[in-house]
Amino acid sequence: MMDFKYILLMRHELLLVLVAVIILIFDFLTDREKKNRLIPFSIYLFAGAMLVSFFPVKPGVLFGGSFQGNALTDFFKDILNLALLIVFMQSEGYLRKEENREKIAEYFVLLILTLVGMDYMVSSGDFLTFYVGLETASIPLAGLVAYDKFKSRSAEGGVKLILLSALSSGVLLFGLSLVYGATGSIYFSDIAKHITASPLIILGFIFFLSGMGFKISLVPFHLWTADVYEGAPMSITAYLSVVSKGAAVFILTIILYKVFKNITGLWETALYALAILTMTVGNLFAIRQNNIKRFLAFSSIAQAGFILVGIMGTGSLGMTSIVYFILIYVFTNLGAFGVASAIFNASGVETISGYNGLYKTNPRLSLIMMLSLFSLAGIPPVAGFFGKFFMFTSAGSKGYFILILIGVLNATISLYYYLMVVKAMFINKNDHPVPYFRSPNFLRFSLLLCSIALVFIGFAGGIFEYIMSVSHVLF
Amino acid sequence: MDFLNLFVIVPVLTMIGILFTKELKGARLVSAVGMGIQLVLAIFLVFYYLSVRGAGNLHEMILTTDYSWFPSLNIHYFIGVDGIAVAMIALTAIVIFAGVFASWEMEYLSREFFISLILLSTGVFGFFISLDLFTMFLFYELAVIPMYLLIGIWGSGPKEASAMKLTLMLMAGSALLLVGILGIYYHSAPNGGPYTFNILAISKIHIPLAAQRFFFPLTFVGFGILGALFPLHTWSPSGHASAPTAVSMLHAGVLMKLGAYGCFRVAIFLMPQAATQMAWIFIILTSISVVYGAFGAIMQKDLKFINAYSSVSHVGLILFALLMMNKIAMDGAILQMISHGLMTALFFALIGMIYGRTHTRDIREMGGLMKVIPFLGVMYMIAGFASLGLPGFSGFVAEMTIFVGAFKHSDLFHRVASVVVVSSIVITAVYILRVVGKLLLGPVQKEAHLHLKGASWYEKLSTTSLLIAIVGIGVLPLWLSDTILNSLQPIMEKLVAYLH
Repeated sequence: MMDFKYILLMRHELLLVLVAVIILIFDFLTDREKKNRLIPFSIYLFAGAMLVSFFPVKPGVLFGGSFQGNALTDFFKDILNLALLIVFMQSEGYLRKEENREKIAEYFVLLILTLVGMDYMVSSGDFLTFYVGLETASIPLAGLVAYDKFKSRSAEGGVKLILLSALSSGVLLFGLSLVYGATGSIYFSDIAKHITASPLIILGFIFFLSGMGFKISLVPFHLWTADVYEGAPMSITAYLSVVSKGAAVFILTIILYKVFKNITGLWETALYALAILTMTVGNLFAIRQNNIKRFLAFSSIAQAGFILVGIMGTGSLGMTSIVYFILIYVFTNLGAFGVASAIFNASGVETISGYNGLYKTNPRLSLIMMLSLFSLAGIPPVAGFFGKFFMFTSAGSKGYFILILIGVLNATISLYYYLMVVKAMFINKNDHPVPYFRSPNFLRFSLLLCSIALVFIGFAGGIFEYIMSVSHVLF
Repeated sequence: MDFLNLFVIVPVLTMIGILFTKELKGARLVSAVGMGIQLVLAIFLVFYYLSVRGAGNLHEMILTTDYSWFPSLNIHYFIGVDGIAVAMIALTAIVIFAGVFASWEMEYLSREFFISLILLSTGVFGFFISLDLFTMFLFYELAVIPMYLLIGIWGSGPKEASAMKLTLMLMAGSALLLVGILGIYYHSAPNGGPYTFNILAISKIHIPLAAQRFFFPLTFVGFGILGALFPLHTWSPSGHASAPTAVSMLHAGVLMKLGAYGCFRVAIFLMPQAATQMAWIFIILTSISVVYGAFGAIMQKDLKFINAYSSVSHVGLILFALLMMNKIAMDGAILQMISHGLMTALFFALIGMIYGRTHTRDIREMGGLMKVIPFLGVMYMIAGFASLGLPGFSGFVAEMTIFVGAFKHSDLFHRVASVVVVSSIVITAVYILRVVGKLLLGPVQKEAHLHLKGASWYEKLSTTSLLIAIVGIGVLPLWLSDTILNSLQPIMEKLVAYLH
């Protein structure tokens, strides 16, 4: 039953490919006028695939260690699936627009294929699988960013993403080749044994980290982020800032902990500096934004800085706090983006000043936005508080108290700009606020899901404990 | 015993109840009932506590409940109370009860207002019952954030700016606090074993001095910001002046005490060695707070600003007393927390009620109000006398105890500081008497002020409930004082070891 094991371990990836193929066939069979049917069909199909992949399977290794499946990677892939499902649900209103009718299937298929790439990346056990997964995830994204055919900004974003992504991949690959040259292997477990603080490996590591810095948009590798986020359709921006970034952070953490274990002191120094830069610059730039997408773009840069603080911790606590943070971040950021895209689709407003007086006309959306923003800022009782607290706890386990201090002060700065949005919605007066509207049902459901998760995740201590128990696998 | 949980559950249920109401009438009724129940619970808790102690239960904390929340980090939801916490809970229950009645006519977005107000009180109640640093920190932040909306939406004057300033400064305080808490956590197991956030467990161990020196100032300043520690008090006057009545009451009355309570329960109790070594810095700062706040109050013309500066001065006195590190002064500090909480809540309630009638808070535009609105006038005068520290009111008992404690120190530094702080009594007399004279006595300044509406039943209920407590403590201080003294025992035992 050798083959069956392959299918089971790679069930996430294979199911996604299956879903993509079915959507393509369905698209082929659907009349041009009825293409809108693809939307619910794809969402239900994807949700079904997601439920099937929930079933637990015994951990295992495939292809001589290139592909690793264990409870932690499974859990993380489930998070990514869930995030993509929410993104799909939030794109309904956008896809129903006349101009998008002919390319609905592409939207779903491309997004699913990027997720396949990320899943392989998450499960990778060697640098080759890792790299192939990373590229599979990046290239369709450029197409998605440029999805708005009639907007020059969208095309500009697409070009920027593909060029910079190619450049960063080059840098990353160069770093990996140096590491390969020094250690003679591409397998994580083999490399880990031969890592020393030799100049070649350090150089390789720096290139590797810079490449990953582009993908996660760490300062100073963040310059593409705001333009791409602004140009892309709202739900693609959401996807970039949550799923794409989350997956890259996850695999970066694994590689740092497993592969570069012997030079921990070195990468901790590098991350220390990057974390401070990323938090501070992200925050300071976010203050000045008025476009909600650019605003969330810089806020997500700052959040990446907080994640780096968490990586500094010891093994399983660091891993757990990061996975936990990303889980919460999915609901938090998608909640904020969901509200933003609901408003954009209904009224075309995408500036923060346009949100003035929103509570008067759309109280529920304003409340969900406020919950999400408070969660981003780390205010209890919303889930973001727990995520951030454990992030800092993780850094504390190695005694980085100065870094924590800088981190929490940055969190206070971030509260300022999150409160500015709250102020716009609840306090500022507006003679012509965005009129009341009713969002499509899928979107409403996704927002309900996000807000319930935001309120309850923190109080369910079991979730954190579960992640803790599965991340012990690694160490 | 899960009895203490009710102090969090009742407000949460009240908030949910308000969601089902339609408008002001329903919302205020549900809030009043909910907070009424809370008040009854608090009174019951006081008597229960006294009877348990009377029966010879000498545990440090009673009514403890412990749930494991995040076992792998040893984070617990651990609650329990001692005499000090019981007193603070009673204070909070009275003030929030009075606050609901002081906002009886809150027309604008009334449901949201009452929900935010009660959310704020949930944080405060939760904070006082917590014995786990994580839970305590969570409730602390929970109490801070509704302030932004409460001041920003329902406030007056430059409300957006004041709300933002207040929120950011307090959150910066909680940022320092977070570092302090994590520092304590990671030094809570000097002999190996799991780290802990449990305050009782940490108080039994000795945190290394080097760590104490680093984390004590962070924790003390973190809580101190909420206690308006000079020079980080600037959020307080503008915040209190812009806040709606009930919020000023709750904030000056209870939230600032959260800061002082935290300084006491976390900073000094868990890191006594650094506390004794570094006290001098903070004694200087608090002495400045006391005198500066009092002088500030003299210079102000807006009633709310006067009271806000006076709060800076009085809460400074609490922190000062805590830093005196002896039993009598600390006893006085806790008494002052309660006394000032009640008094300042009464002041802010009255100011709100007067403002609602005269539409001005500038004392130069008012006068002779005693003849027009005698009930509120008399109340204001009584509150003023209590604030002056006249015998028969709670203020006298508290301040007297503090100064007696302060003069126990015979060295020059403490003497000078004590003398400086005592001089604030005179300054306090100046501003209180000046306001009372301008506002209540003399001729009526404006034509329109001749026909003001008398106090309504809910205003009388609100102010009377506070007054009863003030007089109660003033006349019968001993039972409260004894309760506090008992609960001070553990902390004193820790401090004595390091004092000389």
